[in-house]
Amino acid sequence: MKLKTLALCAVAGVAFATAAAAERASDGEVKIIYWQAPSILNPYLSSGTKDIESASLVIEPLGRYGPDGALIPYLAEEIPTVENGGVSADLKSITWKLKSGLVWSDGSAVTSADVKFTADYCMNPDGGCAQAAKFEGVTSVDIVDDLTVKVSFSEPKPNPYGPFMGGQSPIIQMAQFENCTGAKAPECTDENFGPIGTGPFVVTEFRPNDVITMAANPNYRDPAKPAFATLTFKGGGDAAAAGRSVLETGEFDYAWNLQLAPEVIDKMVEGGKGQAIAAFGSLVERIEMNMTDPSSSLPEGERSTAKHPHPILSDMRVRKALSMAIDRDLLVEIGYGKAGRPTCNLVPAPAIYASDNTDCLTQDIEGAKALLDEAGWKVGSDGVREKDGMKFKLLYQTSTNAVRQDFQALIKQWWSEIGVETELRNISASVYFGGDPGSPDTFQKFYADVEMYANNFDGTDPESYLAQHTCEKAPKPESQWQGENINRYCDPEYDALVKELSATGSLEKRGEISRKLNDMLTKDSYVVVPLVDRGRVSAHANSLGGVVLNTWDSELWNAADWYRIK
Amino acid sequence: MSDTSPKPEATPDVAPIAALIDPMPAAPPRSQWLDVWDQFRRHKGAMAGAVVLILIILLVFVGPWFWPYEASHIDIRSRNQGPSWAHPMGTDQLGRDMLARLMAGGQTSVSVGITAMLLALFLGSLVGVLAGYFRRLDGLLMRLTDLFLALPLLPLMLVMVLLFRDKLNGAFGPETGIFILIVVAIGVTSWMPTARIVRGDVLALKEQEFVLAARSIGTTNLRMILRHVLPNVLSPIMVSATLGIANAIITESALSFLGLGFPPDFPTWGRLLFDATDYLQQHPERVFWPGLAISLTVLSANYLGDGLRDALDPRIRGR
Amino acid sequence: MLTFTIRRLVIAIPTLLFISLAIFLLLELAPGDPMAQVPLTVPPEVKAKMREALGLGEPVYIRFFKWIIQFFWVEPQVLIDNLLGTGFADGKLRILSWQTRSPVMDIVAQRLPQTLTVVGLSYVLGVLLAMPIGIYSAYRQYSFFDQIGTFISMVGYSVPTFFTGVLLIVIFSVTLGWFPSIYDTMHQVNDWDSLVIQIKQMIMPVSVLALYNAAQISRFMRASMLDNLNQDYVRTARAKGLSEKVVVLIHVLRNSMIPVVTVIALGVPQVFGGAIITEQVFKVNGLGHLLIGAIEANDLPMVQTLTFIFAVLIVLFNLIADVLYSLLDPRIRYE
Repeated sequence: MKLKTLALCAVAGVAFATAAAAERASDGEVKIIYWQAPSILNPYLSSGTKDIESASLVIEPLGRYGPDGALIPYLAEEIPTVENGGVSADLKSITWKLKSGLVWSDGSAVTSADVKFTADYCMNPDGGCAQAAKFEGVTSVDIVDDLTVKVSFSEPKPNPYGPFMGGQSPIIQMAQFENCTGAKAPECTDENFGPIGTGPFVVTEFRPNDVITMAANPNYRDPAKPAFATLTFKGGGDAAAAGRSVLETGEFDYAWNLQLAPEVIDKMVEGGKGQAIAAFGSLVERIEMNMTDPSSSLPEGERSTAKHPHPILSDMRVRKALSMAIDRDLLVEIGYGKAGRPTCNLVPAPAIYASDNTDCLTQDIEGAKALLDEAGWKVGSDGVREKDGMKFKLLYQTSTNAVRQDFQALIKQWWSEIGVETELRNISASVYFGGDPGSPDTFQKFYADVEMYANNFDGTDPESYLAQHTCEKAPKPESQWQGENINRYCDPEYDALVKELSATGSLEKRGEISRKLNDMLTKDSYVVVPLVDRGRVSAHANSLGGVVLNTWDSELWNAADWYRIK
Repeated sequence: MSDTSPKPEATPDVAPIAALIDPMPAAPPRSQWLDVWDQFRRHKGAMAGAVVLILIILLVFVGPWFWPYEASHIDIRSRNQGPSWAHPMGTDQLGRDMLARLMAGGQTSVSVGITAMLLALFLGSLVGVLAGYFRRLDGLLMRLTDLFLALPLLPLMLVMVLLFRDKLNGAFGPETGIFILIVVAIGVTSWMPTARIVRGDVLALKEQEFVLAARSIGTTNLRMILRHVLPNVLSPIMVSATLGIANAIITESALSFLGLGFPPDFPTWGRLLFDATDYLQQHPERVFWPGLAISLTVLSANYLGDGLRDALDPRIRGR
Repeated sequence: MLTFTIRRLVIAIPTLLFISLAIFLLLELAPGDPMAQVPLTVPPEVKAKMREALGLGEPVYIRFFKWIIQFFWVEPQVLIDNLLGTGFADGKLRILSWQTRSPVMDIVAQRLPQTLTVVGLSYVLGVLLAMPIGIYSAYRQYSFFDQIGTFISMVGYSVPTFFTGVLLIVIFSVTLGWFPSIYDTMHQVNDWDSLVIQIKQMIMPVSVLALYNAAQISRFMRASMLDNLNQDYVRTARAKGLSEKVVVLIHVLRNSMIPVVTVIALGVPQVFGGAIITEQVFKVNGLGHLLIGAIEANDLPMVQTLTFIFAVLIVLFNLIADVLYSLLDPRIRYE
């Protein structure tokens, strides 16, 4: 698994040795700031990143993804695989074994009943579990003995690591949540705000959407950890303020996800109080082409549906020309700096799934012009191309975000160079990413010609991510505009290949099919035009040791190992 | 101010003989508005305010014709430049000329600011005068004001955009459509303070003797309002007007961030200021200019309003 | 006066019910989805289930009715329970926030102290500053003091707080290191040192807001004083031989207070509404931060409850203003 963990300054690899000698709760307080404030500490009731990551300090899954994407056992003895017999040969069940001697922070023992309860809690149909997708296809969770559970699936699961794996699916204590299942789940405020866990810290006070205070878990499984006695987790504000508080004023030790222009971060780092760290995951900023006609002259209910193909973008040459006109290197330089790299792929990582497609990386304005000429779009008197009396005019929408608006301006300019007129629109993220079927401005409804956003996949397996582009997943009025196939791409061959992927167990073969699917969407059809493989930039104080940025799981995955550099 | 007795008029030194001649008006009787203009002209602050405001308007509307750069033209090689002869205000992170952007932004901000302020002022004064003057309307209109004060602004704007954006775009084209939408949105959500203030003043005013006197000679309600009530509540209205411009300019930029306003490549002063705030340490000049532009506009409008109020006050006039 | 007040309070009930319905329908109509902040990795079917669990499947009128019951019947019981230790509200469903799944009123109670100390103090300071500035600027119109006052208040009002706040942080937190840039809402004041820390962290947000409030109120104060200083009764008072101080500070001020009272009364509910941008910039996390967060997350029960509390305050303070009018000017009668 090729994954570059990129540290802008020296990573404290040497310092690990000193950490081991440290004593629990000997390093005072550590202060973390997230510019989005956690609302709840139960990931099963909210799937916001802020909630999952803050909860990850307290409750833990059986296994996590490491910074390189590898699976690391946490509460489990080891990661079950077909090789070690943990996963059955028919791929229809997985058997997890807990570490022995594990205790909750209240001192009681962690047993397989807790694991089973966690599954029951989330699979309860009345609970509205936010992580229900992780438990999709699970038929039963059976207790084998006190420390062993067996998860059975209805169909072979080549990737059986949905339940109990990663920050989204931690184990909760049965004794605590017993009376909080189903419709009663949201009413258990105390439980949701202060789950009892196995993690390095326990909650002392939780103020929703504001601040959490925690203390070291006296029953944590490693007696020398965590090094910090208390932890403050502040939320709110904006990325610039969070960065400033770590890098310039030194008030905080760790700031999450600094979505700021590279030169702003560079300037902050000059403050000398801390350093910025970056790592890459699977997040890709892309332009999606609308394959259907969003014209407002069509009757409501037929706009942006398969009934009317897009008058301009249905032609592959046009889509390719639009992609060719974009200089991705410049986009990266302006918007993301070291935390981004140009990409032509929807699945940029892990290496086994990432296609070697690099066709789009060099900008080719002349080539794009030639392609448009070939497609019959001739330059009109006003410099805008036209064909059969129709102007080449696009509406380009995205969410409100400084970097995205810069991208819009740049791309509009490049497209105008090849004779395409672009109207820009930005929409508040809470409307754009919301699924309100009554709003014309949601990204699913796609009442525009092209749109830009970023998406990724949980964990390291892209199967469900690639399956989003099958025909039946297109948003349409009948499905209340819900659906993940945003561009209404529909190719029976693609659908067949997705089906094949879901039945393939061999990693080698899965990689091959995934790469093929990726290419079908990108270089073979230019339906999805990837722009930037977006890394994550966070910052930590110079005095905070042991930080390893992880984009495949919670960023705070190894907070137990953090310590104060003296 | 301590000297409140009317100062002797600057009477011309008349020759003794002339005193015997019947004074023949040299000019036809002066209209009231000429007096107002005279007073206004003598008000230094007002004149300065008017000149600055006109200069700003000229600069933003005429300036772009004489300036070689376009506001949205990206010249990526010359990005993040400091002030130079080619770019007196430097360039932004995409190499767009800041002076051109400031002028283009001014067109939007000044027109939205003034139009929305006028609309809010009109609505506010209308509701305020009606509620204060007619007792029967008071309850209803003031409860309506309470309702509008209570409605959360952002969802209200979202609903307006949802309902009217496409219709207005269809009828007036995208830019004019959005302009109308924004002006109306700001106007109908910011008239309430003016209405409450005007009503409070009118309540007190209509109990004064001169109103009673005017009523006793049979003045109609309309005439009473226009002639006696409105001129006397002018000063809070003028203050509301100046503060209203600032409010409208800032609200417009807030709407743009939410994606409810103009397209993102359409600069406005508020947006320029907001975008530049992140770069405060590296490029302080980028926040300076739009901040100065907004302040200068509001400041000059304030002095203009002061002068107008003084000029329209018959008690001050001729002092 | 008393009958007027009572009558207005009675009218306030249907008014507020109507306002609550209007707010509810407005929020219902506004585009938005409580699932907007859920990552795109969560499939639509799961989101649909989550919406159902929030009660979004029920018809609008049922949800409105439920909210009315919870707000006017259950929540007061909870309040009584908390005060007296009774058990009226046991087992009854309170208004739950969609974001946090916890009772909205608990969070409001948690946020109120921050907002009242920071925003409330800045408002009081703003009023206390604005009155003398407004009075003196009018009394010495176009003097140097007046010009400076006008300049500062106009700049203070027209430069938005998202900029002044960051400017102060860069100067006083980053460069000079005097004040913290992030407000600690957990800070307890129990001795001299902790009080100093509290003052330090309040200085910047309070001064940004106080400047803004003072700018606005002082303009109205000045304008209103100017109107009255030229009235005949002022001349009469002076002619009677009253001292300048009495004339200005008793006679003129009292008559000039009506618009100022209106403005102040309009501003007080906004204190409870918090200062959205300033709270955000300094991370005060008060009610303003709560409201904007709830709007962004489409947390309708939270937005509805908060806005309705503001509505109650708006109606109440406008009533107070009306009562004050007739105290300031006895000629004003309401039937």
